[in-house]
Amino acid sequence: MLKISDLVVSYGGIEALKGISVDVPDGQIVTLIGANGAGKSTLLRSIIGLVKIQSGSISYNDQTINGLNSQKIVQTGITLVPEGRRVFPNLTVLENLQIGAYMRNDSEGIQQDIEKIYKLFPRLEERHWQMAGTLSGGEQQMLAVGRALMCKPKLLMMDEPSLGLAPLIIKDIFSIIQKINKQGVTILLIEQNANMALKIADKAYVLETGRISMEGTGAELLENPEIKAAYLGKKKHK
Amino acid sequence: MKKKRDLILSVILLIVLFGLSWLLNSEMDSYVRRIANLCMIYAIIGLSMNVTNGFAGQFSLGQAGFMAIGAYVVGIFTVPVAARATVFYAVPMNPAIAGIQLPVWAALLGGGLLAALVAFLIGAPILRLKGDYLAIATLGFSEIIRIVITNASSITNGALGIKDIPTLNDARYIFLATAIAFVFIAALINSSYGRAFKAIREDEIAAEAMGINLYKHKCLAFMISAFFAGVGGGLYAMLLGTVDPKNFLFTLTYNFLLIIVLGGMGSITGSMFGAIIVTAGLEYLRIFDEPLELFGMNIPLFRPGLRMVIFSVLLMVCVLFWRHGIMGTKELTWDRIAQFCKNPLAVFKRKGAAK
Repeated sequence: MLKISDLVVSYGGIEALKGISVDVPDGQIVTLIGANGAGKSTLLRSIIGLVKIQSGSISYNDQTINGLNSQKIVQTGITLVPEGRRVFPNLTVLENLQIGAYMRNDSEGIQQDIEKIYKLFPRLEERHWQMAGTLSGGEQQMLAVGRALMCKPKLLMMDEPSLGLAPLIIKDIFSIIQKINKQGVTILLIEQNANMALKIADKAYVLETGRISMEGTGAELLENPEIKAAYLGKKKHK
Repeated sequence: MKKKRDLILSVILLIVLFGLSWLLNSEMDSYVRRIANLCMIYAIIGLSMNVTNGFAGQFSLGQAGFMAIGAYVVGIFTVPVAARATVFYAVPMNPAIAGIQLPVWAALLGGGLLAALVAFLIGAPILRLKGDYLAIATLGFSEIIRIVITNASSITNGALGIKDIPTLNDARYIFLATAIAFVFIAALINSSYGRAFKAIREDEIAAEAMGINLYKHKCLAFMISAFFAGVGGGLYAMLLGTVDPKNFLFTLTYNFLLIIVLGGMGSITGSMFGAIIVTAGLEYLRIFDEPLELFGMNIPLFRPGLRMVIFSVLLMVCVLFWRHGIMGTKELTWDRIAQFCKNPLAVFKRKGAAK
């Protein structure tokens, strides 16, 4: 579905991504794990067109999308849940959802989708009149996901949905990610919480300072001793 | 159901207000009429400034320049052709436009459209700036517009200004213009465009990730704002009967900044309240400018200028206690009024809880 090959992105001379290739098959959950500064967020931002790429190509359903502006990319069905949630704090929950549907014109479909999202996140319905900035971190993350779903994405990209959330809520969020995936949305998930991410992933990549250092199925990487040592903290210190 | 009720109530309100403006016109003296009209014109311009500054979140200070464009278009094209020779006595009017006289509505509309066009030309390069830098750039352009007007003597009569503009101190027409401006902008803000403006104000990156074209919407907000500032400027010129480049110094922009800060950045009804408070309030405070005698003693403080001191103190108090203006980003909706009627005390309770 999404194919990235030899992608190079640099910020003023410093290469953040040094030629990486990632393949996201239709209907799967693909996860990318890596430490701070590995280039995870840069990858997502370049896919959605917020960052200009230097070389390489990004193609979506056999159609090259690098170089298009974000508006066109969102129209093709790719949506980003940005890092740190970035809900619109002084707008109500409902308005946030409506902005998510900005690219759509079918007011009836939008209304149905809002109902659907309320079913997925009953909390949001309770608080639909509240300013998004007054929600708790977990609720804001739910809103960010709900807002992204309002564009009816085929590929949903999430940038660290577990950032700054309590372990119990992280569990909720991950089970919702699986639920969304079962409804037919392909998911590209970027995480520092490697344990959770690998458990639900069909396919996983490890990103280290701008390069892919390992790839495999989620289960394979979970068992990999190097990964265990570096990301899962299971090796005992001597 | 609720929407229908709100619509009916709004229409009734507009009709009642129109009736009031009729009454104002026939019953009140010209001083009161003038203040009321000025309130409405300032409300239009304040609202126009709120579109960029309050809703789209782009800090722009170019309103005086756009007003000047609207005012001058009205000034140039509505002065009767016969009177033009006496108005343009220093430098004769450019023959290309000397014979053109437009009806008032066309001149107003033309002024707004020209202001919007200029806004587009200015906005195209500078809307990539943010925050303070955008404010400086728009302020600069507003001054450039004024200086161009001062120097284009054969079109604008330069520093002499244009007099003999047919005056319009008629509350009914100005009310109609105000109503149209408010209804249009309210509809705009409640549409998907308005939501996109607010999204840009709140978080540009998230807005872009939702597929909102930042640049297009910023330009659009800037142009709509300039259009209504131009129309407001035209009405202002007709209220005064004269235009002069000195009317449109950048200090005029701060008047509107004051209105929207006081009324609430990002509130349509707030712009109206702000305009009324600033315009009518300043007039009301004139009692402090007159000498006052108490028990046969002349109180020395009461002299011209005291009202500005008191006004400034009141402003400081306002800004200290209502940091987001009177309305904040909220609106005075029918829902709110209904709630208030049911339980007047609840409003204060909730306010206390929010703090």
